[in-house]
Amino acid sequence: MHKRLVLYLFILSLTFFTNVNGAESEGMPQLNPEFWVSQIFWLILTFGSLFIILSKFVLPKISNNLEMRKSQILENIETAEKQKIESENKIKEYETLINNSKNEARNYFNEARKKIIQDIDQKREKIEKDINQEIQNAEKEIIELKKSSPEKINKIATETSIHLIKQLIGEEINNSSISAIVEDLSRKNKEKNYGN
Amino acid sequence: MATNPMHQFNVYRIGPEIKIDQIDISFTNASLFMVISSLVILIVFNLGSLKKRIVPGKMQLLAELSYSFISKMINDTAGSKGKPYFSFIFSLFMFVLFCNMLGMLPYAFTVTSHIIVTFVLAAFIFIGVTIIGFIKHGLGYLKLFVPSGVPIVLLPLIVIIEIISYLSRPISLSVRLFANMMAGHTMMKVFGGFVISLGLVGGWLPLSFSVALTGLEILVAFLQAYVFAILTCIYLNDALNLHH
Repeated sequence: MHKRLVLYLFILSLTFFTNVNGAESEGMPQLNPEFWVSQIFWLILTFGSLFIILSKFVLPKISNNLEMRKSQILENIETAEKQKIESENKIKEYETLINNSKNEARNYFNEARKKIIQDIDQKREKIEKDINQEIQNAEKEIIELKKSSPEKINKIATETSIHLIKQLIGEEINNSSISAIVEDLSRKNKEKNYGN
Repeated sequence: MATNPMHQFNVYRIGPEIKIDQIDISFTNASLFMVISSLVILIVFNLGSLKKRIVPGKMQLLAELSYSFISKMINDTAGSKGKPYFSFIFSLFMFVLFCNMLGMLPYAFTVTSHIIVTFVLAAFIFIGVTIIGFIKHGLGYLKLFVPSGVPIVLLPLIVIIEIISYLSRPISLSVRLFANMMAGHTMMKVFGGFVISLGLVGGWLPLSFSVALTGLEILVAFLQAYVFAILTCIYLNDALNLHH
């Protein structure tokens, strides 16, 4: 293992020295002045034209781009803020509108309810009046009828009984006596029907 | 020799030799990768800025994130005065980043692994920052070398140190990037060479190392581009807001 490592290092140093010797023999090409003027000439030409083209045409475009982006972003932020404020105002407007319309609607509703209630009350009063009157009339009529009905019944009863007797017996009987009997009977019936 | 780890940094001519007054400005593989990375940057950021959507797509998001990343970086280090230099620092960061990243592709050439390229960039930044400083503050810019609150006895020494550190800025800036890129790519090539020479028996160890190194190198590629850009911002901050 050690032998192999030593051998490896030996070969490494050998190749290194041969390489360095090769470099020594030729020297540094950098110090050979043969093409110095040519290099200076082409350096000035290429670097000069590069500088001119970059500074005249390319770099202004890039800086314009950067500034344009900056200003556009600022503008966008401004417009966004403006729109935000606008939208907030709109929301406020909308809310006030909604509140107003709610109030209006409530007012309308209340008015309509009041009207309807009034209407209903009026009509009810009228109807109640009518009904009361009719009831009173009917009661009056009933009372009158009640008053008049026994007499009429009595009359009808005497008349029918006269007719009946006449047909049964064939004789005319005194009107007054039959009516007396009928009245008597009806009084008894009355007591039966209405008496407490 | 394909196994030479420095072979990948060779610059060679592509196409015909172009000469203006005996000066060779031929199109090379380095030029090719400069053009490719510039084109890739332009395509990516053009695609990213074509559509103007409020919610960005993938490309748009990439472009806008890079934009705000670098604008934040400048704002944090150089303040609001650094805004006019945004497009330069953006191009610089993207150029270095894409050169580093494209260099990570197999068989690709890493533009930033050449000292001359990074030095030209760093020297341009150094000279530009110095000019901006003198325009903004006049000769008062020299106060940069005189820190406040230093005893008078020490002042000459401090001023000398400050001047040296200021003058070494382009060197440190360029060497940092170049050395990082070159060292990383050389390491990867060396370990790749180990895999080949050790073969199936012992090649697994350097291979796993190589995989780990690739991840590290991608991190370094991003980090070095970031460091390059942020140091530029810091130098710019010195020129714009004189703190001393």
